[in-house]
Amino acid sequence: MNNPQLDADGRLRHLLSIEGLPKKILNQILDTAESFVGVAEREVKKVPLLRGKTVCNLFFENSTRTRTTFEIAAKRLSADVISLNVNTSSQSKGETILDTVDNLIAMHADMFVVRHSQSGAAHFIARHVPNHIHVINAGDGRHSHPTQGLLDVFTVRKYKPDLHNLRVAIVGDVLHSRVARSEIHALTTLGVPEVRVIAPKTLLPAQVEKLGVHVFHDMKAGLKDVDVVMMLRLQNERMNGAMLPSAQEYFKTYGLTQEKLSLAKPDAIVLHPGPMNRGVEIDSSVADGVQSVILPQVTYGIAVRMAVMAMLSGGS
Amino acid sequence: MKIHIKNGHLIDPKNNIDSKLDVYIAAGKILALGNTPEGFVANQTIDATGQIICPGLVDLSARLREPGDEYKATLISELQAAVAGGVTSLACPPDTDPVLDEPGLVEMLKHRAKQLNLAHVYPLGALTRQLQGKVLSEMGELREAGCVGFSQANIAITDTQVLWRAMEYAATFGFTLFLHAEEPFLAKDGVAHDGEIASRLGLKGIPSAAEALALASILRIAKETGARIHISRLSTAEGVAMIRDAKKQGLKITADVSANQLHLTEHDIAYFDANCHLKPPLRTQRDKDSLSAGLKDGTIDAICSDHTPVDDDAKLAPFAEAEVGATGLELLLALTLKWATQEKVSLLHALSLISPASAQILGIPAGDLSPNSIADICIFDINEYWKVAPSALKSQGKNSPFNGLELAGKVKTTLVHGQVVYQS
Repeated sequence: MNNPQLDADGRLRHLLSIEGLPKKILNQILDTAESFVGVAEREVKKVPLLRGKTVCNLFFENSTRTRTTFEIAAKRLSADVISLNVNTSSQSKGETILDTVDNLIAMHADMFVVRHSQSGAAHFIARHVPNHIHVINAGDGRHSHPTQGLLDVFTVRKYKPDLHNLRVAIVGDVLHSRVARSEIHALTTLGVPEVRVIAPKTLLPAQVEKLGVHVFHDMKAGLKDVDVVMMLRLQNERMNGAMLPSAQEYFKTYGLTQEKLSLAKPDAIVLHPGPMNRGVEIDSSVADGVQSVILPQVTYGIAVRMAVMAMLSGGS
Repeated sequence: MKIHIKNGHLIDPKNNIDSKLDVYIAAGKILALGNTPEGFVANQTIDATGQIICPGLVDLSARLREPGDEYKATLISELQAAVAGGVTSLACPPDTDPVLDEPGLVEMLKHRAKQLNLAHVYPLGALTRQLQGKVLSEMGELREAGCVGFSQANIAITDTQVLWRAMEYAATFGFTLFLHAEEPFLAKDGVAHDGEIASRLGLKGIPSAAEALALASILRIAKETGARIHISRLSTAEGVAMIRDAKKQGLKITADVSANQLHLTEHDIAYFDANCHLKPPLRTQRDKDSLSAGLKDGTIDAICSDHTPVDDDAKLAPFAEAEVGATGLELLLALTLKWATQEKVSLLHALSLISPASAQILGIPAGDLSPNSIADICIFDINEYWKVAPSALKSQGKNSPFNGLELAGKVKTTLVHGQVVYQS
């Protein structure tokens, strides 16, 4: 089977996951994003790259933040944007994913931004759309959230340009996290020499070390001398059950406090994909502290999503 | 009707025959092998030059989807697929709608199958009512209606007390239980082997331990009750080792492996190929190697097709939501031959795993070409390559992980009860 993300000439056709993308393309996306960062600071926050194109946000799973940033990104590129929350409309009437997609293609959508609760949903849609239509995965189950992974490494690169000399720790629910998988692939592909994951065994997938990470169960050992701390969100439904006894105990062992952060390098930065559970995975003093780059992540997220859309439509 | 099959190479594993012999059939039975019996005048002559004549294949697990799921497949479509694949007898699991827990349903299924005059259908009755794992089904009545054994399909009995009683009851009457070993709590919501690939793709895993745990309970209770157990579709290296030990201890146990598991691993899921969403899940290369070794040393007794036709729409969904299963009846022979070639297993041995061995497990008169046996025969060309193409399959289920693959071994003619029921 061919890599579904690249066309015959090795150009980006869909963005479905970071895995499978060459370093060259990742760098190209990040460099393109760099040129879009300034757009938001202009008086007219728009470039005409996607004028006349229709971008369709197809969200089978609820999301406000990601959908909004994709909307803003598309609008800054001058595209027409439609956002659909499909789980509240057609799907409840029994319409299949492909029926929904086919209908939007019939309305001449050019690009789909897809979020779905099932791993592989974006691949599935990409396999069924005609050649001229592009698919961006905005999160599929536990599998991948490539624009989040990209904006995270973009942020890291902004603060720590020498990726080849970094030690990065990803902390929290790796098992259920598409963000973690995307971050791991992005970091390892771009040459970060040491990526660590820190979590209890219940929140790590089987053979996680095969993704190219070092596994730590002890937060203090894992944070020692790292340059970057990437926190993961802990979903509410995981907190009381067989995965974890309670949010309190989780915060005590794996919540990021100033005290634990002090074990990292003094100039270490802290990332979080949002939305945050303050007092569960991260303490407010860290989230709002000087080492936090959580809000810049959001800003850069728009530039990265603009870059991906521009590259897919051939306008970079 | 008298038939003469001439110039073919006869392989009859049960009777250890592997030579060029003609076959003479009369009144639905094998009349003689080799020289023409005195006064024999054939009504029909089949020229099998360059072809292999073997006993019709016996499949231990083929879903026919009737009653209840006729939009997925029908008795006629799947029995046509069976004979096109050289399969002349098959056992079907009880997870139909309604489930096969009523003698009347079994009688009707047998009757409808018989009228079609294609492959023989041997239903496996539900071991518990509605397959709910609570109340035993009327095994005696179901046996009289035509069930050759009892099964829970893919649904485990979680209550070990019920499992114990079911085995005791079955052992009282000498019935065989066909059980799939998967501990349901560990396997809950799982869609792929819990390993590297599932972790990468973000799919919920089914650990190998789910098979080992279920097997441990089954084997321990089988030891206690003396029940005869057949383990359907073994999938792990550990499972193979456990069966090997159990056999050494003298337990009345047999096992099969699906042809899918002999050729595929978790890696074949690639970019979420829903055709690889199977039960049990595709596991690792090491598991695959152990299954193969288990077949060679006799730990595993037979290969089944695990034929599970699924309608196209049910596969048109993201991996986890796509329905489990793949078509298999028409691939069983070619996939077995491919395995035999790769593993340097003799044709005689390979064919024994899909005919007499399966027949013995089911306790049915099949897999035997000695005189006076029922003339269920498969004739195939081992050198003819064919491409697995959905449109060319007779089965209504067109989904296969092997779609597009070229396979050697094409069924040319199939006879059931001394009548030609398929010719390519």
